[in-house]
Parts: sequence; structure tokens; C-alpha cells
Amino acid sequence: MLAKTLRAMVTAFLLLAGVALLVSGCGPKQLTIQMNGSTSVQPLAEELAKAYMEMYPNVKITYAATGSGAGIKAAQEGTHDIGTSSRELKPEEKTIKEFRIAIDGIAIIVHPSNPVSDLTIEQIRKIFAGEFSNWKDVGGPDAPITVITREDGSGTRGAFMEVVMGESQIKADAVVQTKTGAVMTAVASDQNAVGYVSLGSVDNTVKALAIGGVKPSVETVKSGSYKVQRPFLFLTKEEPKGEVKKFIDFVLGPDGQEIVKDKGFIPVK
Amino acid sequence: MDDSLGQRGAQAPPSHTTGPGSTTRAPRTRRGKETWEYLALAATAIAAGAVFFIAAFVFWEGWPAFREVGFFEFVLGKVWSPTRGFYGILPIIAGTFAVTILTLILAIPVSVGTAVFLTEYSPEWASRIVRKAVDLLAGIPSVVYGLFGMTTLVPLIRRIELATVPQGAPSYLTVGYSVLSASVILAVMIAPTVISISCDALKSVPSEYREGSLGLGATRWQTVTKVILPVAAPGILAGIILGTGRAVGETMAVLMVAGNAPLFPKSVFTPVRTLTANIAAEIGYATGLHEHALFADGIALFFVVILLNSVALWFRRKALK
Repeated sequence: MLAKTLRAMVTAFLLLAGVALLVSGCGPKQLTIQMNGSTSVQPLAEELAKAYMEMYPNVKITYAATGSGAGIKAAQEGTHDIGTSSRELKPEEKTIKEFRIAIDGIAIIVHPSNPVSDLTIEQIRKIFAGEFSNWKDVGGPDAPITVITREDGSGTRGAFMEVVMGESQIKADAVVQTKTGAVMTAVASDQNAVGYVSLGSVDNTVKALAIGGVKPSVETVKSGSYKVQRPFLFLTKEEPKGEVKKFIDFVLGPDGQEIVKDKGFIPVK
Repeated sequence: MDDSLGQRGAQAPPSHTTGPGSTTRAPRTRRGKETWEYLALAATAIAAGAVFFIAAFVFWEGWPAFREVGFFEFVLGKVWSPTRGFYGILPIIAGTFAVTILTLILAIPVSVGTAVFLTEYSPEWASRIVRKAVDLLAGIPSVVYGLFGMTTLVPLIRRIELATVPQGAPSYLTVGYSVLSASVILAVMIAPTVISISCDALKSVPSEYREGSLGLGATRWQTVTKVILPVAAPGILAGIILGTGRAVGETMAVLMVAGNAPLFPKSVFTPVRTLTANIAAEIGYATGLHEHALFADGIALFFVVILLNSVALWFRRKALK
């Protein structure tokens, strides 16, 4: 009888100890924030994640660069903690929480040797729609224009369509490149080419055009005088809590916005 | 059941070693062999199952596009512009065939010619060096070919286009990105496959044939064209089939140099989009019907590959007769 009680007590103690060990055994808890979405947001999001992980070593942030469409879907379905998009949500997509973390200007780029350096949105629209097919139509040399565009569904193309094209369509025979880097290489290797990329990606292999006399820069995008711009969004299924909320607060806080600025994008705060 | 499996697992290793208990070796070996048979069967099932499930998945995901767009509207539609609701892949199918056929036209003479030279004409040591170099070509990643094409070949072809295309022609004919650019890059990419398999086929022609032909007074050229090539033809065709498969399936390099405009290939200078490039270009951002349409594009690719393989096998059967 006594032995039985004793055995029961020992078993209970061991069980309790086991549970306690399980709970405390994990030590500092490893937290993971999974992000998924726009390839344009990726470089910035990864930089923000890196800074955050340095501050909180027990947090791990992953980013799958799949595209804005997939990022919105990931937030809607809750498959990832944060979805990202480089275009505004459509009205039917507004079922999720959105956080504007930065603004991105879109630069219209040409070969550095191209004498054309300033166009209106109207002229750019006509070039991409195919109404102007020679540089002399816009005051340049007598040479055919090579129009380089992004693929259907790309966030950059979506933003370009919205801001520049309006109701017009990009001509069907435009050359399609599927990455920002590929557009840059294509424009840098063709004297007659014109394309569009994120302002943050422009380097000296290409020339960014002024639009209606306004050169693309942080100041002109922020003030709104440079018209070709788009938002970077973080999206969550519900009101963010816990580590996700902390991370978003960090991104929108002074340290996060400083990184936004360093990466060549325009801070929102 | 679990128990017997565990026993088998435990007994299998000793069956390979010689040692004490050799009296029970025979049954053990048999049981070991059975285990390996099961493992082989399982491996086969996994491989076959993977193919089946991938095909089933592609069909399952692509089906809604046929239903919503309409089968004929999809396959025979002339405009591909998903954001405007146009899902016609006929120009893309035409682009795929144009690029593949021009690739073969460029690659076959050069590759087979190289193989003939390496096996019939050049000295042994030179052949060995050239074949090593050719094999190296096969190891270069396709994105490198693409980058080379974009920065070197496309500007060159653009210059040819500007010189030959008459004034007033559509401006897309002078952009450099074209059927021709894609085919030249692909021809270089598939050449190693065709050369190396053709070399093996030519080498396997019995030397009595060669000696017999030369002994009868035929010239070397006559021997090659009338005796050796016909005998090696099935093997050379096998190499061409493999090369064709690679040409149709290659995505990255084509994506970078073909221009990807969904146009009908009316000339070799037209920018075109291929079935693989279409999927790779748009799947990242596609949702809803657009995504289903890209899977349906995959179904079309499936049938294009089956068609090309059937044609190649028909040629092979004719050559074997």
C-alpha cells in the first residue's frame, strides 16, 4: 500500500519535472516571421529583417520573393505572417490589413548616349503604346525606338500602367524582360532602348529621364512633383499581434525608415 | 508485418558478409534479394508516381482555364494579354515551333559535321581535346548563355537587322531580340549533346565497313556519306531527339534573348515568346484565371513535346529500316 502510494508520488513528480523541463527547456524561444511577396520589395524587406534580427537574435525572418499577386494571396489566406505588394490593393482585395512602409519612384531609363533627357508623361505613353516609334518623334535622332517592358502581372508594370499608360495599352510587340536587372542590361546594351525600373535600382549604366522637367529623386517623389511612383505595402490577414506587430512597428519607426532611406526608397514618415 | 520487416532489415547486412552461420546463408540471401526487389519496386513506383502526379497536377490546375476561356479560344486565340482578359496561345505555340525548327536547322549541320570531322578526319589527340572542350560547353549554366546573348549576340543581330530590314518596316523588326537570337543561342547550347552522341554513333560503325568501302575504291567523302552516315543515322537521330528536347524545354536563355513579345513569327527577326518562357515570365505574379492559363500553357507544352518526340521516333524508325 505504502509502496504503491510512493510509486504514484514518484511518477507524478517525474511527470511534473518532465513538463517543466519541456516548457523551460526551449530556453529563449526561437520565433519565426515568414514573409512572402513582391520581388521589388524583397531587397528592402531583407535589409529591414537583417537589422531587426540583429536587435533580436531569437527572431528569424524569412522572405520568399514570389511577386505581389502571391504576396497578397499569402496575406489573404494567412499562409505567411506578412505578405508584401508593390502595387495598391484593388478594391476587392481590401479585406486585409495594409501598412505603407515606403514609396518607390519609377524611373524611365534610356541609354546614356541618348540625347533625349526630358519627356512628358504623354510622350512616354505614346512611345510605349507604339504611336511614336522613332526617337525623332520626341526630338531625338532618327533611330527606331526599342521599347522594353516588364511581364504582365509584374508590380512595376502594374504601377507603370496605372501612372503612365492610363487607358492605353503597351504595344504588343514591345520586348519583354522579366527582371529589373534584365531591363537594366537590355537598356544599357542598346542605344535606342527605353525601359522602366525602380528608382532605387538605377545606376550609371543607364540614364533616368526627367518627366515634365522634374528629375526623379527622393525629394521630388516625396513632394509628389515626380509623378511616376508607387507604394510598398506590408499586408497581414488580421490586426498584427506579438512579434509581427513588433516588427511592423520597427519598420515604421525611425530606425526602419532610416533603412528605407538608405536603400534609395522614400520613407513614409 | 512490422516485425518481419524489421527482421529483414536487420538480417540483410550480414547476408553480404562471409562469416559464421554460413549454413543459414542461402535463405538469408534469398530474403535479402526479396528486400532489394521491394526497394527497387518502391523506387520505380516513386519515380513513375512523381511523373504521374506532376502531370495530373498540371492538368488539374490548367483545366479551369480551358473551361473558362474555352478550349478553342485558348489554343487558337491570337492575342495573349492576361490583364486585358485575352488568353490566346496560338502565337506562343507558333513561336515555340519557329525557335525549335530554326535551332535544329542551325545546329544539325554544324553538330553532325563536327562529329564526322572528329571521328573520321582529325587525328586522335586533336579529337580528344576538342571533345573535352565541347563537353565543357554543356556544363555552362543557361543563364550565362542568356547574358552572353543579351549583351553580345542581340546587339550584333540588331545591327544586321538595321542593315537589312527596309525603311518603314515595323520597329519591332530592328530590336535584335528575335527568333534568330534565340535559335543561335539554343543551337550552341544543344550542340554538345548532338556532337557527343553522334560521335559515339559514328565510332560504333564497324571499321570493316570503312575498310571495305575504301578497299572498293570509294573516296573518303563517298565512304562517309554513303556508308558511315547511313549506318550511324539512328544513333545520330537519338542525339538530335535529346537536343530537341533541350531546345524546347530551355527557358532562361530564351527568356533573355527572344524578346518575349507574343507575336506570330513572320520573319526570323520577329521577337517571339515560347511556351516555357511564357510560364517562367508570368507565373510569379499570376493569380486566379491567369495562373490556371499558365498551367494550361504547360499542358500545351506537354503535347508539343509529345508531338516532336513522335515525329523524331518516326524518323528513327525509318532510318532503322
